[in-house]
Amino acid sequence: MTAVFKRELRAYFLSPIGYVFLGFFLLLSGYFFAASNLLSGYAYINGVFGNLTIVLMIVVPILTMRLLSEERKTKTDQLLLTSPVSLTGVVVGKYLAALSVLIIALLITCIYPIILFVFSKPAIGEILGTYIGFFLMGAAFISVGLFVSSLTESQVTSAVASFGTLLLLYVADWIVPSIQNQTIAKAIEWFSVLNRFQDFTMGILSLEHIVYYISFIAVFVFLTIRVLEKRRWS
Amino acid sequence: MIEIQGLSKRYGNHVALDNISFTVDKGEILGFLGPNGAGKSTTMNIITGYISSTEGSVKVDGYDILEYPAEVKKRIGYLPEQPPLYMDMTVQEYLDFVYEIKKVKLNRKSHIDEVMDLVKIGDVRKRLIKNLSKGYKQRVGLAQALIGNPEVLILDEPTVGLDPKQIIEIRSLITDLGKDHTIILSSHILPEVSAICERVIIINKGRIVAIDTPENLSRVLKNENRLIVRIAGPQDQVLNTLRDIDGINYVEPQGRKEPETVDYIIEAEADTDIRKPLFFALSSKQYPIMMMKSMDLSLEEIFLQLTTDESKTLEISAQSEQGQNEDNAEQPDEIRTEGSNTEEQANIEEGGQEE
Repeated sequence: MTAVFKRELRAYFLSPIGYVFLGFFLLLSGYFFAASNLLSGYAYINGVFGNLTIVLMIVVPILTMRLLSEERKTKTDQLLLTSPVSLTGVVVGKYLAALSVLIIALLITCIYPIILFVFSKPAIGEILGTYIGFFLMGAAFISVGLFVSSLTESQVTSAVASFGTLLLLYVADWIVPSIQNQTIAKAIEWFSVLNRFQDFTMGILSLEHIVYYISFIAVFVFLTIRVLEKRRWS
Repeated sequence: MIEIQGLSKRYGNHVALDNISFTVDKGEILGFLGPNGAGKSTTMNIITGYISSTEGSVKVDGYDILEYPAEVKKRIGYLPEQPPLYMDMTVQEYLDFVYEIKKVKLNRKSHIDEVMDLVKIGDVRKRLIKNLSKGYKQRVGLAQALIGNPEVLILDEPTVGLDPKQIIEIRSLITDLGKDHTIILSSHILPEVSAICERVIIINKGRIVAIDTPENLSRVLKNENRLIVRIAGPQDQVLNTLRDIDGINYVEPQGRKEPETVDYIIEAEADTDIRKPLFFALSSKQYPIMMMKSMDLSLEEIFLQLTTDESKTLEISAQSEQGQNEDNAEQPDEIRTEGSNTEEQANIEEGGQEE
């Protein structure tokens, strides 16, 4: 697993993908920070991360598109699957590599709260909550991207399909007000990836939300492993 | 070392492998021969655990691939048809990665250096794999299979796409490796298999059609005692002379290949050597023999006989004649002398015109 993780993380920075992800993520987060905090003298950072959710939705597919599709296309999966590593090790290694790139991006954005602390006294709980929530949501998005990339050999298909899926998750609860059936409406609302993030930005660390995100990730990682496993048998 | 029992692989209704069984002994080099799509790569992918079989079992060193996949995979070095190379890594980085992923316990630096020396890629260790030539890529792929010193090597068409010099190098390397490894090698080039392998499995449409040594395979179909003879002289009179010789089953003129001569296919009765009577009969009538050779079936012909339907043989041997000539053109003389390939080629040419 560590071998796959190390190779994958290095591959991000040997190819433009890692830089493109970090570049756009930081450029836009910097822009949001400048616009909503610096220029207007506002000390709450959750607005920046609220906007960044949309950016995340666009850049995560770029991060995850080649994870498994590229291996299959270049037949390098033959090396991985005929080596004495488990399929779980391969998939988790790759997932953690993509997650690490997100962590790097988030660590760099820590400059923004530091700047806020220099000039004012922002609520530390809200900032921490926002960061934890954003990280969990990003981790959930990456698991979706990982899963989609296991379904196809083409990176473009993988990226477009991941983006579509994430967009659907994003807009899923827009339909809630017009649903008559209370049970379905409740279910959709409960499932919404975004709603839970809102709680984090208010500084609420709810165990339920954390468990939700971790289960969400576990399900998609598990599904990815099943897809690869099934392909060997079919 | 490797035991394969009743292996089948089905994709929906399509049967890729149909009940294949064979064993490979320790230290043996086994050749896997068959036309494209015969199931060679499928078999290899199943043995190495890349895909699973629909039915049947694979045991390596007593370990079943499904029950102890890690134990089996540790013992196998696999070079797939397309070497599994990461183009964005250097050779050194790539082999380091393979070393880690295979959980090798040997000393890292000395082991990787040793493997690189063996396949002669030390001089490109710092180069990106995507910038290497096809031959070097193939060798890096072979190096990958050798990392960890596995007891079993499975090589899927290891010489495909290489130039003649590289083919010779890879072949002699495989022969060397065969001294202390068990090797399964697939190929569609027959002289290659007969040169390297101790035993050959011919596979077609997912079934094994023959397992034997290359020599025995040729012997099986050799019993027909046929000669091809080029004789100078008028055809009618030569034919009359030939018919007077005892022990000849039939004679068939083949037409003129050289001015003033006619080629004949002469079939003798079983266990009769007609070469001497033939010589004396013709020399007494002053019809010189310009050429005489036996029409033993070459491995190519056996292969075609075994893998094609009777009705299609003619058509395909005509095509293969062309294809094999091209194959040969790529190879220098050193290779062609293996298994006296040139002669076999000539046989096919003649044989093709027979029908």
